[in-house]
Amino acid sequence: MAKFKKKSNTSQDIPTAALPDIIFMLLFFFMVTTVLRESTIMVKQSIPKATQLRKLEQKKLVSYMYVGKPNDTKKFGSEPKIQANDAFIEIDGIIQFIEEEKGKLAEHEKDQITISLKVHDETKMGIIADIQEKMRDANARKLMYAAAKRAED
Amino acid sequence: MARSGRKIPEVNSSSMADIAFLLLVFFLVTTTIATDKGLTLTLPPKADPNQPPPDITKNERNIFKILVNSSDRILIEDEPVTDISGLRERVKEFILNFGKPSEEYVAIYNTLPAPLKAMSKKDPASSDDPKEAVVSFKADRGTSYDIYIAILDELQGAYYEIYGERVGLTADEFRSLDRKKPNEQEKYTIAREGIPMNISIAEPTKIGE
Repeated sequence: MAKFKKKSNTSQDIPTAALPDIIFMLLFFFMVTTVLRESTIMVKQSIPKATQLRKLEQKKLVSYMYVGKPNDTKKFGSEPKIQANDAFIEIDGIIQFIEEEKGKLAEHEKDQITISLKVHDETKMGIIADIQEKMRDANARKLMYAAAKRAED
Repeated sequence: MARSGRKIPEVNSSSMADIAFLLLVFFLVTTTIATDKGLTLTLPPKADPNQPPPDITKNERNIFKILVNSSDRILIEDEPVTDISGLRERVKEFILNFGKPSEEYVAIYNTLPAPLKAMSKKDPASSDDPKEAVVSFKADRGTSYDIYIAILDELQGAYYEIYGERVGLTADEFRSLDRKKPNEQEKYTIAREGIPMNISIAEPTKIGE
């Protein structure tokens, strides 16, 4: 066993001094790549689950509308409301909102605008039907019902 | 010097990694990576107020009716059902019935893979061919959104499964085809050829409000 005894005086520790640096690097990576939501959502959101999800190809063509009960029910009541960007809008304001969103796009992309509806799953269909009617009026016919992935059984 | 033999003082930094890990885990947990996923749909163009809505001359057998009322009760082809688990299969059978196909659709039928051919019952009381077949889905203003999404999901699932099977893919793989790549675009075209996604979402009734 003399062969092995020779090595015994060398240090057996793995140097861990660089470990914090590695972890910090990971941390910074996540901090930098994370995009924080630019608008605070003022309605309750619990997205329904579905299986047949498709990804949106071009993110710049997407505008979001949030539908659900307001978080602050004392101030805004308990009826479902529509939030676009940072403010609540009424049904009649949808066309104006879509026009504003279209204004941000190039001419040939205007018809390609996609509205992503993020709707709380306890909402009734009435308000959704009204939104769709206004979208048709505003000639924004591409729609996506945002949904989360459900494992297929 | 008197002090020369003394060791250099060291800050114990072994717990630094733990602190960094804790921060990392915090960020991992709190960040939700923005997912733009959902059920896509194209709305019909705006109705012309000067023109009356066109008369529907479709045969009853070519329409697969799904109704949901304001208390979320479901009626499929005039039969009340309590859960929608079998809906996807029924819709697939309806689309692929080929009861009275035109010549063009006899040719399309012959190109279908065997499992899809097996679904075709050629029932004269069901749809003529996939082009004629329309799945009509009507909800009420009082229907809950999650029931609506669940049914729409099943309907789209039926079509995506058919499309996928035609080109040897699963529904998931079909949906993630990248249409910017020529070979995937080609698959997409082949899969959808002759079988349009005829899901008609009627304006909801106004009973539940």
